[in-house]
Order: sequence, then C-alpha cells, then structure tokens
Amino acid sequence: MLEIDNLHASVGGNEILRGLSLTVQPGEVHAIMGPNGSGKSTLAQVVAGNESYEVTAGSVRYAGEDLLELAAEERARRGVFLGFQYPVEIPGVNNAYLLKAALNAKRAHAGLGEIDAFEFLQLAREKMALLDMDPKFLNRGVNEGFSGGEKKRNEILQMAVLEPRLAILDETDSGLDIDALRAVAEGVNALRDPDRAVVLVTHYQRLLDYITPDFVHVLSAGRIVKSGGKSLAVELEEKGYDWIKEVANG
Amino acid sequence: MSTEPENLQELVNRRYAHGFVTDIESDSLPPGLDENVIRAISARKNEPAFMLEWRLKSYELWCEMQEPKWAHVHYPPIDYNAISYYSAPKSDKDKPQSLDEVDPKLLETYDKLGIPLHERARLAGVAVDAVFDSVSVATTFKEKLSAAGVIFCSFSEAVQKHPELVEKYLGSVVPQRDNFFAALNSAVFSDGSFVYVPKGVRCPMELSTYFRINAANTGQFERTLIVADEGSYVSYLEGCTAPMRDENQLHAAVVELVALQDAEIKYSTVQNWYPGDENGVGGIYNFVTKRGDCRGANSRISWTQVETGSAITWKYPSCILRGENSVGEFYSVAVANNHQQADTGTKMIHIGKNTRSTIVSKGISAGKAQNAYRGLVRVMPQAAGARNHTQCDSLLIGKECGAHTFPYMEIRNPGARIEHEATTSKISADQLFYCRQRGISEEDAVNLIVNGFCKEVFKELPMEFAVEAQALLNVSLEGAVG
Ligand SMILES: Nc1ncnc2c1ncn2[C@@H]1O[C@H](COP(=O)(O)OP(=O)(O)OP(=O)(O)O)[C@@H](O)[C@H]1O
Ligand SMILES: [Mg+2]
Repeated sequence: MLEIDNLHASVGGNEILRGLSLTVQPGEVHAIMGPNGSGKSTLAQVVAGNESYEVTAGSVRYAGEDLLELAAEERARRGVFLGFQYPVEIPGVNNAYLLKAALNAKRAHAGLGEIDAFEFLQLAREKMALLDMDPKFLNRGVNEGFSGGEKKRNEILQMAVLEPRLAILDETDSGLDIDALRAVAEGVNALRDPDRAVVLVTHYQRLLDYITPDFVHVLSAGRIVKSGGKSLAVELEEKGYDWIKEVANG
Repeated sequence: MSTEPENLQELVNRRYAHGFVTDIESDSLPPGLDENVIRAISARKNEPAFMLEWRLKSYELWCEMQEPKWAHVHYPPIDYNAISYYSAPKSDKDKPQSLDEVDPKLLETYDKLGIPLHERARLAGVAVDAVFDSVSVATTFKEKLSAAGVIFCSFSEAVQKHPELVEKYLGSVVPQRDNFFAALNSAVFSDGSFVYVPKGVRCPMELSTYFRINAANTGQFERTLIVADEGSYVSYLEGCTAPMRDENQLHAAVVELVALQDAEIKYSTVQNWYPGDENGVGGIYNFVTKRGDCRGANSRISWTQVETGSAITWKYPSCILRGENSVGEFYSVAVANNHQQADTGTKMIHIGKNTRSTIVSKGISAGKAQNAYRGLVRVMPQAAGARNHTQCDSLLIGKECGAHTFPYMEIRNPGARIEHEATTSKISADQLFYCRQRGISEEDAVNLIVNGFCKEVFKELPMEFAVEAQALLNVSLEGAVG
C-alpha cells in the first residue's frame, strides 16, 4: 500500500530524511518511534504532501501511484490522512463545516454526490459518541481554543468520519489523559480492517497496549535504524535510545 | 434651505438670460461645471424652485471647499471640468439587444454568482423589451406597498409628487457643506431612491433598488433619502452582487436616513463596482457619504455592508444617536484585492442619553491591496450612559497587502463605556495545508476561512443577500493565493 524507498527530504536547507525506506501492507499497523528531532514528523508531512518540505531523492508509492506527483488534496481524497502533531486553529470556521467540506471533497472524488445535511449530522454524532466527545464541539471554530487533548480527539473524529485507507497519526497520544487515550485507541481500532493501514508515531509504548502494532521501527537521524515487533517498544521504554544509536553508528 | 425671495427671483431670471432653455433639450451637457450647468440639470428635470435654489447653494459651498486628502488612498487628481454632469438615459436602441452582444467575461461572472437568466439581461443593460417578467413583478410589488401607505420611488418622482417631504428632510442629515463630495452631489445629483414609511407601519417587504423603476441610469451622483416615521420599520437593500461597470470613473453618492421615535431602519449594501483590471486600470472611484439620524427616542439604524468593488472606496456610513436610548449599528466586510484601495469605517455620534452603538468591521486584503478602517466614536457631554463596542478585524492574504486601523475616540462624558478590540490575522500556510490535507482545494480553503471570518457580518444580512454575498466574496478573491 505504501512503499517508501531511499527517501531524502530537507526543510529550510537542512537535510532531515536521509535515505529512509519503509513498506506498509494493507491491514498492518506500524509504530514509529525515535528521539526528538529524528524526523518522524518530517516523514509524516512529506507523505501528506506539505510543500514546505523538499524531496531531494527517493520515491514514495501509494496504492500503485507515485504519491510525490500528487498535490496534498489529491492524496487526501485518495485516502491518505494525517493526524497532526500540532493541529492548527482556524478561528471562525465551523468545525462541522470543515468536516463536511472534507467529506464532500472525498465523495466527489469517488463520484458520489454531496452528503445530505441530516445524514451528515447523524454520522458525525455517531462518531463523536464513539470517541466520547461532546457534540458541542461540532459548532465551535476548528480547534479554536481547544485544549491540547481536545485537539487530538478532534483529529481522531475527522479520521473516523473520513475513513482513510492510510492513516498516519503523529503523536496523537501525547497530552491525552487515560480516558482520552482509550477513546483514541478505540477510534483507531474501529478503523482496522484488512484494506486499511495505520502508521502511529509515538513516544510511549502505553498507546501500544491499546493498539497492538505489527511492526515497530526506530527512526534516528533521518533513517530507520531498527525494526522489530511489539517487544521492541517495550525494550525501548526500558533502555532508551542510546543503545540503538550506538548500534546504528557502529 | 431658506433664501431671500429676491435672490431666488434673480436666479430664476438668470436662467433665461443665459439662454439655457435650448441647451436642456439636448441629451447630454458638455463637460464642465458652473451655475448654468446646475440650472440646466434642474430645468431638465422640471424641478420646483426650492430644489434649484438648494442645488445652487450647494454649488456655491462646493466652490469654496477642498478635496479631502486624509483618506488612506492614492489616485491621480480628478478634473471636475472634464466630467459631463447630465446625460439623458440611454435609449433602448443604443443598448445591447440581447445577451449575445454582452461581454462574455461579464456573463461568466454572472454564472459564477448564480444570477438567474432574466436578471442577467437586466444587469447587463439589455434593452428593456428584451427583459421579460420584471415589469409585472414590479407592479404587484408597488401595489402591496401603496396599500401599506409606503412611498418608494425614484428621487425625481418624489420631487414631483412629494415635494413637501423632500423639502423637509433633504439635507437634514447630510448638510450641503458636510464635505467636498457631499456638496458636489447636492449640487448636481442625478437621481436615486426615496422612501417614506408612515407612522406605525412595518414595511411589508424588503425594499430593494432592484424593484425601483428606472433603477438603471441613476448616474454617478446618486441621492437616496429614507424617512421612517414614528414606530415604523423598513429594511432596504442597495446594490447587487453582479459587477457594475460604468464609463464614469467618479461616483459620489449621498444617502440620508431619518428614524423618528421608535422607528427602525436596516440598510444593507452589497457593492460590487468594477475594481479595474489586475493593474488597477479603469476602476471606479467611489466616494460616498452615508449617514443615519436616530432623531427620535428608542430609534435604531443599522448599516450592513459588503464591499468588494471599486478601485477606490471612501465610505463611512455613520449614525447620529440623537434620541434617548437610540441604537446605531455598523457591520461591514470590505474586501480589497489586486490594486484596490479601500478606506472605510463609520462614525457613531452619541448625543442622547443611554445611546448604544456596535461596530463590527472585517477587512480583507489580498494581492497588493490596501485596506484601511477609520472609525470615530464621539460621546457628547450630555450623552450619559452611552455605550459602544467596536470589533475591528483584519485578514491578510499574501505578503504584499496591507491593513491599517485608525480608531478615533472623543469621549466627553466620563460615564461612557467604550470597548475597542482589534485583531490582525493572516491566512497561514499551516491553515491552508491543514485544509488541503483534508481534501479541500486551496481555493476552497481560502473561501472557507474568509467566510468564517465574515460570519458575524453575513448573519446581519437578509438571507438571500447573505448567500449572494458569500458567492461574491469567493469570486472576488479568486486567485488570491498561489
Ligand atoms: N523549517 C525548518 N527549518 C530548519 N529545520 C527544521 C525546520 N522544521 C523542522 N526542522 C528540523 O528538522 C528536524 C526533524 O524535525 P521533526 O519535527 O521531523 O522531528 P520529530 O522526530 O517529529 O521530533 P519530535 O519527537 O520532537 O516531534 C528537527 O531537528 C527540526 O528542528
Ligand atoms: Mg514530531
């Protein structure tokens, strides 16, 4: 589903990704861990199509297409979803309105008509109930004045409504209380399906207690330096990253 | 308005002495402005003596005035002697005979705005007999109004049929000497709208310039007077979202509103004058004086405007809060794109006790445009308990545009409560990327953000107008990003 090969990308003139390769098959959940500044968010942004990042070498294929050839909105309509580490506030723009516009953009791409207002509201309410989210968030400005945890839940709400084929969640678990963490995990698990894949960027193996990953990768200095199963996350939690850096450098 | 009778006699005589009787037969006057031109305009319109006298007085005042220089706009000097101050309405045979003869670009814009087919013909100035329907619609409309006792007609018609009302209220809100452009308008105004709502009447429908017979050809010096008598209510819609072109570059309109005790006037404008091409060539200069007088206790005047057109806009709809407990409101969205310059705002003059005013101004700048908000809140010493809330927000799209805010406050009553909030925001690359990551195109994302920004103002507009205004904004900002 997603094949990243020898990806090099830079931002502000600095090379951040330095030959990163990763393959994700349908139905899989991958966790990406790694020290601060190692390039995890950069990877997520590049896959999502943020033009502030320059791809200097390598390739990214998604569902048989060259992803790098597509504009960000085109990628999104084909099912690529990024849950942002820092969701931006858009004051004045109604949360429900953005959500509906996003859903309709995706439907238009699939050759479907616009969703009817009533149907949309029902869908949104249903997903919010699943995430234990107060329906009043629908009528607020997009992330406007939301607490850190509320922003993350809102990302999951968008994911739940849009039902992406490839969801990349960039530290969606950071800053969440236990209940929120459970709700988020539930949202992700509800999406799990043989046709979909999830990439979780996280610092804590705590999340992985709720969402069992098929693979865990360690990113360091712009490259994947170690991959393993769920046990790797436990090991990292115990030992930190130093031993891996040594392995990678040595 | 009171002038010596001898003076008047002299003026009337002079008209004949200069032999302008023949000139007024012609379709338009040669360029230039002097007393004779004013006499000719008045005679051509068959006006009563008080009207001519009033115009001449205005001209005299104008001659002594200087064009204002303080607005935050720049334009080459206007040669007032190069303008023709009167031209008869175009006859049908000079107009396009069908939509096939109309500039396809204009039609494309109508399409984007979703303007119905029969309206397009009217807007594009297609000859009247090619325009179906509108006549019968206008007739039923007029019948309903007259049953309610509401007078709604062109200004010229009002001068003929209701001279006592015109004489009583004309210039009572915007005096001739008020400012340079108002004085010029008072001297040479061509036509406009007149509304009178009698005591206790709630006008049964929204009045719109659309239904005014002779709506076209009001010319560059338009004059509007709306009087709401005690306990009455009227909502008036001016303009339309379709782009208006005009070979006259200078437009200087005057609008006067009078609300007597317990009366309410809601005045909504959607203005879309041709702003010029992307280099700013050929756009309209729009210098407007709009003022409402809350003359009676508990009266209320609210201005709502969506401004997207003109090369230059200079406009400050204002309220004089004279009656006790009267309320003034100003809700504005002003968009400036490419090389447009907008200098708009409002004035709230608190005179009566417990008067209240609300100002919500939303300025959007894109391209190389400059957008200035200029607002004055004045509280007179006798205005005990006066309150004002001002919210002034600017949104910038791109790096080359600018927003400027000039709030002026003159508070002479220590008990007044005045609040002012101002914000400036940019549509950030992060916001756009966020929307695009959700599948929304960049253009739609800009529209989404802009409409969100303007929401507070749009909700003040009558429903259909709000939908049109939203579409208009989207078209105005097309290509603003990327
Ligand atoms: N605009 C920029 N200009 C220069 N350097 C940048 C820019 N944006 C990001 N970087 C750098 O790129 C590196 C990778 O950042 P990235 O956000 O991908 O790290 P991360 O692995 O997600 O870290 P964290 O765990 O803290 O979220 C960091 O060193 C960061 O400072
Ligand atoms: Mg990060």
